[in-house]
Amino acid sequence: MLIRRTSDIPSSEITPESVYRNRREFMRGAVGLTALSIGGAAFAKPGNIADAEVAGPDWLKTQIASASPGKADKAEDLTPYQHVTGYNNFYEFGYDKTDPADKSGLLKVDPWQVEIAGAVNKPGTYHLEDLLKGVTLEERIYRLRCVEAWSMVIPWIGFSLADLLKRFEPTSKAKYVAFTTLQRPEEMPGQKARLSTIQWPYREGLRLDEAMHPLTLLAVGLYGKILPNQNGAPLRLVVPWKYGFKSIKSIVKIELTETQPYTSWSAIAAEEYGFYANVNPKVDHPRWSQAQERRLPSGLLRPNIIPTEMFNGYADQVASLYNGMDLRTFY
Amino acid sequence: MPVLWRRTGIFLLSLAPLGWLVWATLTDKLGADPAKTIVLLTGHYTFYFLLLTLAVTPLRKLIKFRYFHFRWLQTHRRMLGLFTLFYALIHMTAFLVFILGLDFSLFATELVKRPYILFTLPAAVLLIALGITSTQGMMRRLGKNWKRLHNSIYLIAVLAWLHVFLQVRSSYQDAVVFGIGVAVLLGVRLYWRIFGTGHPRTASGSK
Repeated sequence: MLIRRTSDIPSSEITPESVYRNRREFMRGAVGLTALSIGGAAFAKPGNIADAEVAGPDWLKTQIASASPGKADKAEDLTPYQHVTGYNNFYEFGYDKTDPADKSGLLKVDPWQVEIAGAVNKPGTYHLEDLLKGVTLEERIYRLRCVEAWSMVIPWIGFSLADLLKRFEPTSKAKYVAFTTLQRPEEMPGQKARLSTIQWPYREGLRLDEAMHPLTLLAVGLYGKILPNQNGAPLRLVVPWKYGFKSIKSIVKIELTETQPYTSWSAIAAEEYGFYANVNPKVDHPRWSQAQERRLPSGLLRPNIIPTEMFNGYADQVASLYNGMDLRTFY
Repeated sequence: MPVLWRRTGIFLLSLAPLGWLVWATLTDKLGADPAKTIVLLTGHYTFYFLLLTLAVTPLRKLIKFRYFHFRWLQTHRRMLGLFTLFYALIHMTAFLVFILGLDFSLFATELVKRPYILFTLPAAVLLIALGITSTQGMMRRLGKNWKRLHNSIYLIAVLAWLHVFLQVRSSYQDAVVFGIGVAVLLGVRLYWRIFGTGHPRTASGSK
């Protein structure tokens, strides 16, 4: 075994403890610093929390700033802001991990409309501002585990999907919730790529009880700031006990359906990506093991490999949803 | 241009990708998972050099204008082949050290669970064998068998492409681009095998 040296982890990747403990004060102070505006769009070139300001409407900034602080369920380091916003899978902008941050600058996220459709009493198309009116945002610190076997810990700002759905009154016919991402090739260059395996728009879905679970989050911000484009601005889902591809980004449509909806990755490779996609170290992906994951940032000489936990460590809260279900069959 | 200058030039150019990679690593430009990035990039470099090595003979035989030709590349084919091996070794070492943390028990399970790694092992072994037998002395010692052994570069190219293809997730781009490269460079040799090269001295074919 190599002798590990702590100096192998660049200090830029470690959130200083003083900053971590006082992060809310630090960030409120940081908002007052000179904004980094590039092209005027809501494009945050990843950098320090201190000098990245995500452009966006003032009402959203205010609402995010008054979010109640979150508490992590475990003592683990947050993934630094520069990595959360600089290492992304958002194929609408390209296939490299740096493409979303580099190429999402053209995306216009304001104004933004979301269509609520299907088995609800109050369908319609709503502006983001109306969807968030009167909503108290919360900070939620969640683990995000990608199916590729890397993971991060991210302080999201958002509110429970359940609260949104209840407002539109799902009928008794509603069994599932289907989500659709924006399709706008002029602003999302990856959607013009001919060799993509994904049929746009990206679509995902949840069973109704999964959607109504208190953990399921609709996020509009992270690290106390407006959600950057590369992280799924302006509205995305976070389902922390499932693989990351279920946490659909840049949502334009939420539909309550009677039958299990189309999900993009299952359509690409049904034997590899299931509808449920619950994080499960005992059920491997056909081409790689899911027993472990790399918690990012991971150092070169000190790979941060940790065992993957059932339901990504949220078993206490979600295991009951799957009582009696064979999670190998329903992967 | 004197051969020595060309050799030095090609040598230095071939080291450039590694130089850039080392600089990017030291200046922390590789993102949140530098290990993955290094493994991916060195894999790409290996494939580029593999295609470059395979391109030497077709370029020499097919591109001949007045004074413009590629005969001079032949002298450097061995160096290009050795750089393919060089980057392949860095690629594999990076995986073992940075991704597996030199945990060899993990290596065994990874081998079994990741089929795209399992059959690159014969490709690696063959490539090392080609490197060891790349010298003039070895050419003499092996005689007829040297050509036979070194023809395994075609198998290596196919295995390398399979390694890429079996990792396709969100985009076919890498598989298609490298696939076209391999298909063209192997296809042209197949064509020559069947129809001859058209050159009276070296023509071979079933006719």
